[in-house]
Amino acid sequence: MKINKIFCIIYFLFLVPLHSNDNKTELSEIYKNLRCLVCQGQSIADSNSDFAATLKLVVQDQINEGKNKDEIYGFLISKYGEWIVYRPTVNKGTILLWSLPYLIFIAGGFIIFVIIRKSKKSKAN
Amino acid sequence: MKISILKVIIFSFIIFSLSIFWLGLKINNNYDTKSLIGSQISNFQLTEINNDEQYISREDLRKNKYTLINFFASWCAPCRTEHKYLLSLSNKNKEIKIVGINFKDKKINANNFLKELGNPYGFVGEDADGKTSILFGIYGIPESILLNNELIVIKKIIGPIDQIQHDEILRLTQ
Repeated sequence: MKINKIFCIIYFLFLVPLHSNDNKTELSEIYKNLRCLVCQGQSIADSNSDFAATLKLVVQDQINEGKNKDEIYGFLISKYGEWIVYRPTVNKGTILLWSLPYLIFIAGGFIIFVIIRKSKKSKAN
Repeated sequence: MKISILKVIIFSFIIFSLSIFWLGLKINNNYDTKSLIGSQISNFQLTEINNDEQYISREDLRKNKYTLINFFASWCAPCRTEHKYLLSLSNKNKEIKIVGINFKDKKINANNFLKELGNPYGFVGEDADGKTSILFGIYGIPESILLNNELIVIKKIIGPIDQIQHDEILRLTQ
């Protein structure tokens, strides 16, 4: 019985920092994806500017209110536009950006296929 | 003459890449939040700078025909240069209520600033940690937002108000 209690205490002792670490990881992931609009190519995670500090407070508040990543990004995009996030959402304006790598990949595969087929044909001849 | 499909693909790709490059050069890359024009402001609540029991919220702004929300601070030099235009607006058009939001400032400094330059504001709210500024899409001060009584943003001014913007605000609110 005593051992069980000790295990329970140890379990909870480890669980609490683990949980707070999860929260920290999520916060840091969000910070890294938010652009500091007054800095030169920095995310708010890397910046100590006034704007970055304020944005961090707002993100923390929204996490505490139970909002998820997408809701936070949605809120900030509604205020600052797509530019605020490094990873833009898929929409009419960004569809080309998202689909282009796949299109190039397919086109590249097709080109390689044509070249191989041609070289095989010329070898056979 | 037989045209190889490979050449067509490569040629199309080069044309496509050049078009994207050309379009990229033509697009205005100066960032602003003017996309907020036409949208309704978020809900907010601010306490008066000298009276913690006095509040202002989004719904209070519906009573005004036009509201100009101005973010300012005593430590902000451009805020000093635009102040005379705010005073002029408050004198010239009584239908514009100017709400000042004191951004990350000390109360005593803000009060001295208003004592020295005059107070154009109908209400001065306190945004000590700057969180309210995010609700309005602010990323530096001074910034001003002109609203109608439906709480729709009709103009957003990034940076200090100058003579041209002062005249534009008067024209929009006539």
